Amino acid sequence: MAEKVMVKGTEAIGEAAIRAGCRLYFGYPITPQSELTEYMSRRMPQVDGVFLQAESEVAAVNMLYGAASTGHRVMTSTSSPGYSLMQEGVSYIAGAELPVVFVNVVRGGPGLGDIQPAQSDYFQATKGGGHGDYRLVVYGPESLQEAVELTAKAFDVADKYRNPALILADGMLGQMMEPVEFPEFRDLSTLPDHSSWAMQGAKGREPHKITSFDINEYVLEQMNLRYQEKYKKIIENEQMWEEYKTDDADIIIVAYGTMGRIAKTIVNMAREKGVKAGLFRPITLWPYPYEALAKLADQAKLFFTVEMSMGQMVEDVKLAVNGKKTVEFYGRTGGVVPTPNEVLAKLMELI
Amino acid sequence: MSYKIKFKGPESLSGKEFTYCPGCHHGIVHRLVAEVIDELGIREKTLMVAPVGCSVFAYEFFDVDGTVAPHGRAPAVATGMKRAMPENVVFTYQGDGDLAAIGTAEILHAANRGEKITTIFINNAIYGMTGGQMAPTTLLGMKTTTSPYGRSAENEGYPLHMAELLSNLPGVAYLARTKVNKPQDVLKTKKMIKKAFLAQIEGKGFGMVEVLSTCPTNWGIPPVEANKWLEENMVPEYPLGVYVDKVGDEK
Repeated sequence: MAEKVMVKGTEAIGEAAIRAGCRLYFGYPITPQSELTEYMSRRMPQVDGVFLQAESEVAAVNMLYGAASTGHRVMTSTSSPGYSLMQEGVSYIAGAELPVVFVNVVRGGPGLGDIQPAQSDYFQATKGGGHGDYRLVVYGPESLQEAVELTAKAFDVADKYRNPALILADGMLGQMMEPVEFPEFRDLSTLPDHSSWAMQGAKGREPHKITSFDINEYVLEQMNLRYQEKYKKIIENEQMWEEYKTDDADIIIVAYGTMGRIAKTIVNMAREKGVKAGLFRPITLWPYPYEALAKLADQAKLFFTVEMSMGQMVEDVKLAVNGKKTVEFYGRTGGVVPTPNEVLAKLMELI
Repeated sequence: MSYKIKFKGPESLSGKEFTYCPGCHHGIVHRLVAEVIDELGIREKTLMVAPVGCSVFAYEFFDVDGTVAPHGRAPAVATGMKRAMPENVVFTYQGDGDLAAIGTAEILHAANRGEKITTIFINNAIYGMTGGQMAPTTLLGMKTTTSPYGRSAENEGYPLHMAELLSNLPGVAYLARTKVNKPQDVLKTKKMIKKAFLAQIEGKGFGMVEVLSTCPTNWGIPPVEANKWLEENMVPEYPLGVYVDKVGDEK
């Protein structure tokens, strides 16, 4: 059993990626995640890996495209404006069906915004961001331990489906320190074999072509239908969520990531006041656990979504609840993290 | 009776029919690149990155592993490949819009890092695929669909000289500007392309060959005249020659 070590969030994700067998990192510095880029610059040479600081996020995402085309595990990390710059490449990577892991340590927006924690990139992460009909598997960790575990999972899921995955963290997770237990180093010889499609040299076989492109609209439609088949399987197999004290709850708070973690405190504070609150915390933001959340619509009187945004995930909560019960929302944005007291006060107003 | 094959197409071309217009130089340059890959015996370890533009299908024309990058980003894609597979040979094939406009940052930094990749740069002074718009390499006074009164220095700036610009970077191991409108130029260009590949194979750094090319369709003149136009107008603007050579002569 590995012992717990005290680490910073950004570094925890970096170490988790290396232990998951990632030996290629391309990135560009941006607050509040530059420590992850720095960490990789120190660590990659120690494990015979590749670290390269790109000239821009635009270049970085395309380096990922190239490296992933060769069938190797590869990642980058960035923060909101940087992830926006990467969207062209993300779309190409999704279309070319390349396994890549992205980390977006979200900060306040829009525009240059600020460098404080936020959840205002939920739409971009889960509903598109770039052009075309595509999806990324999106994970929203609430703690560093969960971020470590989801990073490893993101690589496995990306490989399994040949699809990009995204760790949607926020500046709070990125900058905080807490004890973490790391998994063992993945034996690189056990990583998935991508030689059936990857660009590794056409030796003794037909050349492999990797593309998101076809000029014939019927062929492109078929490619899209194939993506959709894959997305259907991901929806069936990969949903993750946590329910906290929902068994007898008639008030369901819905929150994810850092806000999900804070919401556990709010649930307990509400219960002290005699309010039967519970928390539904989606862990995969895509695929969104609609059905699991919908099941709570029969027992709950009220759904209360809390986000560090002006209300983005709340639209998915409404889709899940489908008009059966009222869905209320409270959020702070621009990098402001709601305190348990202010959220509780809002909740008490509602009931 | 026995036959001996004296002449055939290069192994490194897939045989798929080119999509290029009559008189366009892409076909000649494709063949030269394929012949070089054959001669160096590197077909089975070559990875190709095609651009966005007329040569967007180029990854299908070569019988090597290939992909097509977002517009301008081929050098970054090639960087990711080469860093992941340092034993492989990686090349990009890009036009002037791709390399000298939207992808200026990517080519400059790949060259400056001395990235061990090879770039074939087709400069025909115009955007072909989108229908004849102005390129950064469009000549002053040249009419295009987005410079209908002729390119003016005041409004659109000057023709961008990529070979000269990149030749200042220490990471560049081989760099030449050439043309293929005459047989002797074709032979010369093949030698240059070979050296641009040797620059990466020998681990010396970044290699690029800029080929001045025709676009009869969008220039609006017949192929023979286009060859002449290139000679009379492009060559004076874009001096031919070897700008950097750290590869040396073939033994």
